[in-house]
Amino acid sequence: MNLTHTDVTHIARLARLALTEEELAHYQEQLAAILDYAARLNELDLSGVAPSAHAVARQNVLRDDIVTPSLPRDDALFNAAATAEGQFLIQAVLEE
Amino acid sequence: MDIATLTLTELRDALRRGDTTSVAATQAMIDRIVAYDNAIGSYLTLADESALEQAAAADRRRAAGEDGPLLGVPVAVKDILCTAGIPTTAGSKILDGFIPPYDAHAVERLIAAGAVILGKTNTDEFAMGSSTENSAYFTTRNPWDLERVPGGSSGGSAAAVAAGLAYGALGTDTGGSVRQPASFCGVVGLRPTYGRVSRWGVVAFASSLDQVGPFGRTVADCAALLGVIAGHDPRDSTSLPAPVPDYEAALTGDVRGLRVGVPREYFIEGMEPEVEAAVRAAIEQLAALGAEIVEVSLPHTHYGLPVYYLIAPAEASANLARYDGTRFGPRVAGADMIDTVRQTRALFGPEVKRRIMLGTYALSAGYYDEYYGRALRARTLIADDFRRAFESVDVIAAPTSPTTAFRVGERVDDPLSMYLADVFTLPLNLSAACGLSVPCGVDSGGLPIGLQLIGDTLQEARILNAAYAYETARPWHRRLPVVPAEV
Repeated sequence: MNLTHTDVTHIARLARLALTEEELAHYQEQLAAILDYAARLNELDLSGVAPSAHAVARQNVLRDDIVTPSLPRDDALFNAAATAEGQFLIQAVLEE
Repeated sequence: MDIATLTLTELRDALRRGDTTSVAATQAMIDRIVAYDNAIGSYLTLADESALEQAAAADRRRAAGEDGPLLGVPVAVKDILCTAGIPTTAGSKILDGFIPPYDAHAVERLIAAGAVILGKTNTDEFAMGSSTENSAYFTTRNPWDLERVPGGSSGGSAAAVAAGLAYGALGTDTGGSVRQPASFCGVVGLRPTYGRVSRWGVVAFASSLDQVGPFGRTVADCAALLGVIAGHDPRDSTSLPAPVPDYEAALTGDVRGLRVGVPREYFIEGMEPEVEAAVRAAIEQLAALGAEIVEVSLPHTHYGLPVYYLIAPAEASANLARYDGTRFGPRVAGADMIDTVRQTRALFGPEVKRRIMLGTYALSAGYYDEYYGRALRARTLIADDFRRAFESVDVIAAPTSPTTAFRVGERVDDPLSMYLADVFTLPLNLSAACGLSVPCGVDSGGLPIGLQLIGDTLQEARILNAAYAYETARPWHRRLPVVPAEV
């Protein structure tokens, strides 16, 4: 499995992970080894085999449409790094 | 009566008879934790004050004539289940200081049953690991040999029960994280059928595989705990609405005519000969008790590990996207919003980052079909293996892990060798089966060996009874580790 430095940098960007050069090099090597191992699945003939997302087949589980109490706002905000006016506070994503 | 050496069900019965009190049992556990847990490191958080309050309340309820399935019994909870008002870290720095606003469903059930919550036990970060060495806080030690790991990821819960620092405990099992540490620590641990126990309030790792399970010193202890935590919960759409049987009442010890399948793929090269010998002897014991031993095949076992290590990281990479420093956990300020998210997420430990990277890759454009898509199809074949086997047998018997507990540090730098510790446990998680590990011997170094018993969908009572029959004949649980106290 040939995984390039550009590949791992791209994956880290998709995953929103700040990684050091050392970490990138380390993961480049380890991910390649794990993906080589995963290539064992290529031995299988999977044509005509349906995918399983879950082991226990339950579909379209709906609850009754009844209003029930939800988490109080103060409880929901309690663990936030920053809040203002009853909301989560983040850095601006758009220029004014 | 040494209150600390009672099993969970023995303590429950002693409390019912009025032979002791919950405060006495809870204080005995706290005293032992203070004396021994510096050496073992099974607890991340000790909730001693609230535990003693709960114990006193349980004693008052008892005096008023009340009872409950676990009234006054002190237990521990893996630090990946939310506990209202008690810090919950999932073994990660990214949840340092997080105090959940509500209890996980399984914790609610424990409290409703009258249990006392002693504290939160150590885990590999986000349950990703097989040794607790991936905990961002410290490594738990195996009570049988402090130089060795307790297994993982629920190693804190397994070690606490083995060392007599809790009468029972909850863990989670995504790829073997209850059964494997139970095997390494010489206790009983059960992974229920997916959906048997609600995942509400469990910090998510891989949502299609995660399941809460109990640890006990005995099979009956596990049965009692499972009876409390099992059952439908509308807050988890994958929770099964099936009725909950009386698991303890199912422990008759009668296995005459039980068809026990032995899968040839679970006895592989590289497994320790002493493990194989102990497991084969345990199967002979079941035969001596009247079970019928049948060879079976689970032909796709060999593919369990690669399927698991694509599906679990893929699901994890999506689940862990929520850790961005906004709603919970610390925030590391960066140049802008995206940079803040990137810097905050650098708080994840090496194994978590590795799995996020792997999962992101497996799901990324151009690779989805080749990796994740193939894994989902291969998963069907593995689940079909179990389904087919259970057409001709009632229970499958196999080793829990190919080795006994390995040394701290031995596998840290080699992820693939670490993953192999779960090679016999994780195929089950990809299927609709349930399984447990029960002690079945020791190696020449005195380290515990586990027998894995696997049952078909919702057949927990059947595997518990088979384990109970074995345990009654071969009571390995009576052997307790000797842990040096802090002086």
